[in-house]
Parts: sequence; structure tokens; C-alpha cells
Amino acid sequence: MQKTKKYQINPQDENGSRKKRQGQVIVIEDRCKGCGFCIANCPRQVLRVSSVFNKKGYHPPEVNDASRCVNCHFCEILCPEFAIYTIEYDDYNE
Amino acid sequence: MNGDEACCEGALSAGCRFFAGYPITPATEIAESMSRRLPQLGGIFIQMEDEIASMAAILGASWGGVKSMTSTSGPGFSLMMENIGLGICTETPCVVCNVQRAGPSTGLPTSVGQGDVMQARWGSHGHYEIIVLAPASPQQMFDMTIRAFNLSEYYRLPVLILADEVVGHMNERVIIPREDEIEIINRRKPSVAREDYLPYEADTDGIAPMANCGDGYRIHVTGLTHDDRGYPAMNAAAQEQMIARLVDKIRNNREKIISTKNLYLDDAEIVVVSYGISARSAMQAVRNARDEGIKAGLIVLETIWPFPEELIRSVAPGAKAMIMAEINGGQLVLELERCACGACPVSLVSNFGGAIIHPNLILNAISKAAKGSI
Amino acid sequence: MDSLLRTERIPHIWCPGCGIGTVFSAVISAIKNTGWDPNSIAMVSGIGCTGRMAGYIRLDSFHTTHGRAIPFATGLKLARPQTKVVVVSGDGDLFAIGGNHFIHAARRNMDMTVICVNNLNYGMTGGQQAPSTPLGAKTTTSVNGAPEEPFNFSYLASACGATYVARWTAMQVRSLRSSISEALEKRGFSFVEVITPCPSSFGRRNRMGSALEMLKFYQGRSVIRGDIDPKDASMDIDKEIVVGKFVDIERPTFLDHYEKFNHPQMPQWRSLHADSQKAR
Repeated sequence: MQKTKKYQINPQDENGSRKKRQGQVIVIEDRCKGCGFCIANCPRQVLRVSSVFNKKGYHPPEVNDASRCVNCHFCEILCPEFAIYTIEYDDYNE
Repeated sequence: MNGDEACCEGALSAGCRFFAGYPITPATEIAESMSRRLPQLGGIFIQMEDEIASMAAILGASWGGVKSMTSTSGPGFSLMMENIGLGICTETPCVVCNVQRAGPSTGLPTSVGQGDVMQARWGSHGHYEIIVLAPASPQQMFDMTIRAFNLSEYYRLPVLILADEVVGHMNERVIIPREDEIEIINRRKPSVAREDYLPYEADTDGIAPMANCGDGYRIHVTGLTHDDRGYPAMNAAAQEQMIARLVDKIRNNREKIISTKNLYLDDAEIVVVSYGISARSAMQAVRNARDEGIKAGLIVLETIWPFPEELIRSVAPGAKAMIMAEINGGQLVLELERCACGACPVSLVSNFGGAIIHPNLILNAISKAAKGSI
Repeated sequence: MDSLLRTERIPHIWCPGCGIGTVFSAVISAIKNTGWDPNSIAMVSGIGCTGRMAGYIRLDSFHTTHGRAIPFATGLKLARPQTKVVVVSGDGDLFAIGGNHFIHAARRNMDMTVICVNNLNYGMTGGQQAPSTPLGAKTTTSVNGAPEEPFNFSYLASACGATYVARWTAMQVRSLRSSISEALEKRGFSFVEVITPCPSSFGRRNRMGSALEMLKFYQGRSVIRGDIDPKDASMDIDKEIVVGKFVDIERPTFLDHYEKFNHPQMPQWRSLHADSQKAR
């Protein structure tokens, strides 16, 4: 890879070589209590509040930009309700 | 050996391999004996920071699959009450020995009392049934401790031994049977696989098989009112069902649990009822009365709770009078009066604690009753 | 994570945004990462919101009386040393009514892991003052401001002899999970404290905003200092919350000493009560 003047070590996605999405978000909607932890703390801004109501009247999260998920599992561990988790995108058969 | 040591030996013979306790006169010798003897048998002794912790620890050890015991006296007994309730609600087998002393409060630490009788029955909050044994000699300390373990394992609850300072500290000959002569009962284990097992689903006799921690059943045990799965069930229906089962498992098996020693009852006109050290005074008094020609009889309560209601109800109508001898202001006499139900007069020979009842006091009461001036 | 959850009881009773759920998630994640057989792990809890955790985890779990989780766990551990015993409870349960048991278990170096979910009040009963409540904070039993200075639990734990002491806030889940993993693997009395939001009681009365705002607030006030003396690891929500791993030492456990003094001639005792680390 050619060295550009901007970086000492070229980032992998500089030339669009790693734009491939890595994670798939799965939401167990009826467990969600609408606390907003996942949406606010996702390091990649993958989630947003949905306008859907779940069984208890909360708005569960929905995916804002699926391509940005890197399967970091942060939402999964942070969620107090076990209502959201991620899996590797490669394993998910569309 | 003395009564406390005999209690320790009885527990070890029954298979007790864990003791958690706290020093308190006059039960300290049980803890001291245990601390010496348990390591010799591969068990563990720990002196906890207080009686509350002791009671909690023996519950934990029981769930770990080991027969466990603690000992205390009045002040510590009061502290243990909340966790005795936990043991009852979670149906945890264990044994608590209360070597009674004169109370209330610090009282007379080195003197006899029998004032914890009602507390043993109702000391923890809420409604429940409990089994309480009352040894009257070091030999009975040995034998009844074994029985206490067997009852606690079979019926799955804390069983209380209500000894007293005199029985605990007296030295008498204790005959220890051979190992194969001692009957030992262990808790019922589940016979089904994990998927089908419900921790509190009772068999037809009202007792649920008990899986221990680590047996692979992934049980949940809680002091909250719970359903058969062991999960909290916060409603009146679940309360009704759970408490009814806890009460019935004892009440429906009364005949097997209650144990009394009846002397000269067949033709007795004056019946003395007693327990613990007072029963020995009463026995002397009844024998003296018989020598004088009075038709006296004696019921020694080896189990104080459940109270032998049926026996009293059957004896009272035929008796001229019944006399309770106990070292308190009149606690079990209330049960006696209730069961006699007016069929005959009931009187009490007692003191508030600090000294045993002299047989002559009981003899006087018997004589007065025989003359009809009770 | 559902394999260690009693899914038939989910959703759980904790409020939306309650930090206990997050700690629970970290605990389950850490337990899974150990790779141990779940049948060899037991959880003991006390009374309170955090105490309910025992009812949701699919392990042998015990929901005991208020403050008495630690002595119960002591008995359980001594009866069955090959079981890993984890105590999870709240700040009031562990340090007010249970304070005496905590200090003695730490002193004895009982082999157990204690996780304290510190939400700065007594949540389940409506938000009363606790030994962790900051000076001047409003609770239902201190409507004009709490007149007591709180404990520093991590300092207390380390002073009593805990072999592992760490503190994190609820947002720092990765560090929390690592600390819990280390605490589980640690021999002796290990302690992890987590500062969590209680939006319904503490947060509401002290006007701290939503659960999310509280989560960010605690994390924002936190300062990570790993090699600090625990007495300097201050826990002050008005100034700074020092987080990190403060203590990681080796000390003989209660059973080590008991065996040494009581069973020198009985090598078979060891096989009866195989060392809990080796048996796994």
C-alpha cells in the first residue's frame, strides 16, 4: 500500500478496503425497557430509538446504520435487560 | 461426660461434620468439644463473629450437603430467630441446641432456666411449625441429638434441642452404642433428572426431595414465599399453599414425631407433666407420692413441640388434677390448660429461674391436689 | 447469555435504566469467560434490589436474609470447598446490616468473591439513606440532606484484608467484566464494587436526571488510577470517583490455615475437601 503523507501507518479503511460490515445487531424487543444505554453508548452510532411500541409500551432500539456495526458487543454487555446482542455478520445468512 | 459433651458426641455420631458457633455460657462446651473433635473426623469447625452469622453459616453448610449444627443459650437464641425462620421457609435441615439459662436479657448466665419454651415455638416471625426436643440427662443429650438430626433430615427443617444449664453441665454416665446400632436418616434426594425436578414439589407425605448445591440441579432457594420451582411468588394463594404444606408436614406426622415417657399413667389420679431437668425432679416427686399411696402419674415430654395434644386430651378427663412443673413463670402450662380444656384443674409448680425445682415442692402440690384443694 | 439466565423470569423486576442489570450482564459474561462448569458455581445474595440477582441466574443460587449472605456463603464454602461461591449484594445489605460479617470474612480471607452493587441508597424500600449515601444527599430518611459521611468500601475491604479490590462504574463494562473475571479467579476474599445508577430513588430525589444521564455522570466523574493506595481511592460523587484495581495480593485462606493447624497428620482430608482451584 502506498504511503501517503497524512499518516505514518496507513489505516486499513483509508482506501475503502474495510468498509465491509462486521456485526449484526439483534434486538429482543419485548425485553427492552427503553433506558437508552445502548443507543447513546454505541461507539459506532449504529442504533437509534424506534417509534415502535413493544409489549410493555417502551420504544426498543432499531438499527440506524447497519454497515457501521463492528460486533464489539458493547451494547450486549451494557444492556441491563439482555435485550440486545450482536453476532458476526459473516455467519448471518440473508 | 457432661451433657454438652454428650450433645457433641451425639451430633458426630449422627454424621454432623460442620459446626459454626459463638461462645455463650452454658453452651460453650459444645463448641469447644466440636472444635476439638471435628478435625479428627474430617469436619470443619468455625467460630463465627456472632450467633446470627452462626445460624446463617449452618444453613449454608446444609445446602452444601453437610449435616450442620450450632449451639447457644438465651441471648444468642434470640439473635438466631430470623435465620431459623429462613431455615424453616427454605426447608433446610440443621440442628440448633439451646442450653437454656435464666433470662430475660443477660439474666443468670450460669444458672438454670426453662424460659425459652414459647420462644422456641414462636420465636421467629410469621406462622410455622417446629420440632423441639427436651433432653433431661447427658444420655438423652446424646440420644436426642441423634434423633434431632434424623428428624431434621427427614422433615427438612431446623430442629431445636431445648436443654438447660443443669442438663448441659451435669456429669453422668453416657452409653455410646456401636456405630451399626445407631439409626441415621439422611435427606431424601431427587430421583428425577434436572429438567423434571422442582425443588419444592412435595411427595405424597408433604416432604420435597432435596438437591444440594453442586448436585447439578441449579436450584434456587429463597426466603421469599415461593412456588414449587423455588421462585418468589408474591400472592396470597402461594402463601396459603406454601405455609399449609410447611405446617402440615409436621402436624400430619405428629404421631411419629411426638415422644413422651409415661409413668404410672394407667391408674393415675394426679398427673404431673414436665420436661428437661424439671422432669427429673418430677419423677422423684411422683415416686415419693406413690410411696405415700397417692395415685400419681408422670408424663415426661421428650418432644415439647409439637405438644402432645391428643395424649393430654385423653388423660385429662380421667384425672383429678394435672400439675405442670417448669422453671419459668408458666409457659407450657398454658398448652396444658388449653388441652385439658377444663376437664380437670391444672396447676403450676415453678420458679422464675436460677434453681431447679425441689421434688418436695412438686410432692406438696401432688398431695394438695390429691386432697382436692388444688 | 441466555444459558445462564432463568429466561422464564425475564424481564426482571429492576427499573428501566437500573445499573444492576448491567452488572448482572457483566457477571454472567465473566462467568462464561472462565470456562468453568456452571454446576461448580453458586451465587448467594442478600435482600434488596441487587439481592434479586440470585433469582435470575441459572446457577445454584441462594436468596438469604438481609445482611447474612456472607456468613451463609461461608458455611456453603466450608461444606463444599470445590464450589466457587459468589456473593452479590447491595451496599446497605453488605455494609450496614452485614458490615460485621463482611469485615470478618475479609479478615479470615474466606475464599469467595463479593460483588457490591453500590447505588448510594436502599433502593427496594424506596430510597433511604445508606452507609454509602454522600454527605448532604437527599433520601427519604434524610430529606434535608444526609448528615453522615459515607464509607469508602474499597478502602474498608482492603483494610480488612481482601486479596483483590477493584471499583468501577456501571458504564465501564469491559473493565468491570475483566475485574470480575480476575476476582473470580483470585484465591481468597476478592471484592469488586460497582457504582451504579438508581434512577427511580436516588437519582430522582437528587435531581440527577435520567438513568442514562446518571450513567454518564458517574463515568464522567470517574478517574482511573490502578496503583493507588486504597485510602486515597476516594469515592466522592461531587469531586471524583477513583476507579480501577487497587489491591491484588496473595494471602493464605481460612482453609489453608485450618488445614495447617488441624490436619497435619491427615493427608486424606485434602482429598475430602479438594482445593477449590485445583478441583475445577
